[in-house]
Amino acid sequence: MADVKKIATRDSYGNALAELAAEHDDLIVFDADLAGATKTGIFKKAFPERHFNCGIAEGNMIAVAAGAATAGLVPFASSFAMFAAGRAFEQIRNSIGYPQLNVKIGATHGGISVGEDGASHQCCEDFALMRSIPGMVVMSPSDDVEARAAVKAAYEHNGPVYLRFGRLAVPVFHDEANFKFEIGKGEVIQDGTDVAIIANGLLVAEAIEAGKILAEAGISARIINMATIKPLDEELVLKAAKECGKIITCEEHNIIGGLGEAVCSCVAEKCPVPVRRIGVNDEFGHSGPAVALLKQFGLSADHIVEVAKEFCGK
Amino acid sequence: MTSNEKKQLMATACKVRMGVIEGTHGAKAGHPGGSLSAAEAFTYLYFKEMNIDPKNPKWADRDRFVLSKGHTAPGLYAVLANRGFFPVEDLPTLRHIDSYLQGHPNMNMVPGVDMSTGSLGQGISAAAGMALAAKHQGKTNRVYTLLGDGEIQEGQVWEAMMFAAHYNLDNFCAIIDNNGLQIDGKVADVMSPYPIDEKLKAFGFEVAVVDGHDFEQLEAAFAKARATKGKPFGIIMQTTKGKGVSYMENQAGWHGKAPNDEEYAIAMAELKAQLAEVEAM
Repeated sequence: MADVKKIATRDSYGNALAELAAEHDDLIVFDADLAGATKTGIFKKAFPERHFNCGIAEGNMIAVAAGAATAGLVPFASSFAMFAAGRAFEQIRNSIGYPQLNVKIGATHGGISVGEDGASHQCCEDFALMRSIPGMVVMSPSDDVEARAAVKAAYEHNGPVYLRFGRLAVPVFHDEANFKFEIGKGEVIQDGTDVAIIANGLLVAEAIEAGKILAEAGISARIINMATIKPLDEELVLKAAKECGKIITCEEHNIIGGLGEAVCSCVAEKCPVPVRRIGVNDEFGHSGPAVALLKQFGLSADHIVEVAKEFCGK
Repeated sequence: MTSNEKKQLMATACKVRMGVIEGTHGAKAGHPGGSLSAAEAFTYLYFKEMNIDPKNPKWADRDRFVLSKGHTAPGLYAVLANRGFFPVEDLPTLRHIDSYLQGHPNMNMVPGVDMSTGSLGQGISAAAGMALAAKHQGKTNRVYTLLGDGEIQEGQVWEAMMFAAHYNLDNFCAIIDNNGLQIDGKVADVMSPYPIDEKLKAFGFEVAVVDGHDFEQLEAAFAKARATKGKPFGIIMQTTKGKGVSYMENQAGWHGKAPNDEEYAIAMAELKAQLAEVEAM
């Protein structure tokens, strides 16, 4: 994919906020001293009077956003995934989730592709934490086109939403002109019958690559982009289970509590089929270049191919 | 404040205290101590200070109140019921299964509750968010929040204080109920928050220290809060935990314990006597 345009979804977040704000006066943004990194700085440049820095105080920021939402504003509260979903979990649970307030949490720097900052900043637990809050929508878009659409869908959705974005520039593979995004709907990128590969975030591009390699090896892989982890598109998962009989999940997250477990729960109850979960294997990351880390942790097209071949007995 | 106004407020505070006892007795649980210490504050806010409409609890331009010390819901429910947001007769359903009067305030279930609270240290942040929103929207409504003196041990409280001062939220008023006791004993022994007034000033607040059971002092403090421009305002109320019920006063054990039938009868008799005394004034 060397010739493909690459954009980090955190940039998509900042750009989408600025685009949305031009149409909607009620959109405001909170950040916690990371506007340059979360890219809400793009929004701030266009709408300085609607951007509020909360300093390095994520718990306060989340509950402040909750209070602003009670007044009819639509706040996007932004930080790194580790400090939004992690540090401020209980504020999100009690001050946004429980009262069902209309706050959007824009969490950038999700997963190990944070890179050199190392494990303290590589959040691989956010899907698990956010999924466990009743009523929370959890999304992890795969590329720039989808990320911007997801931000707009989050704005239109009335209720709490958690959006995860990445630091690393990733290939843009969606065609914006023909792209439609809907919360809770997965996307079949390539049809196939031997195995279904269900991925989200930057693993979708890897799954697409894997699908091409598998096709050459005679394995027909169905590639599904599951940007919304909650509510899960169970219909699409069950269809894949019935038609492919095998599922591989891929996510930049601990294999505990994320997309893999959501898919497992769904098929275990409604259409049991074998599942292989590709993700971070219940361990912490470490410092290194993002791409090298992804490869080392098995979050790559090559590893997906390896797992699929073993899974399909080839 | 005229003497008649003061008498009315004092009578209402007695009724609020009765509501606290009715609620916690009916629940066989709940937090009477900090509800009773704040009875005058609840009464002054809902019967004198705040611009609200019990018939239209979601009125967009109303003043807001966030009970950051959410466990004293029995006090908030008692004042809301007495102010006409819902029937006083419902107070004993506190904490019952299927009652709308949850153990801690739920904004989606109880008319007049502006924010769901219960986890200490978060309500003040939400209140600051409301005050910021009002300023941003060009509205003139004010936001009040009530905290416990134990609650201010939560670090988030000070994040919120910094925020309120940084954004010059002069429509924001934080009230601290300094009754001196928390679950494990005296706040000074558990984890001293003192000096509270100096801390607030250092965080950019204008501060008043008052006797929280004296309506004239409360009136002066809230008037000063409204007159203060460019800064948030803090009111530190020196109070007696369990105020109004002899055996609960200054007893940490009554932080989160309900009166049994016998204790209920004693408490109600004492409060009725206090009410009769006020009415005879």
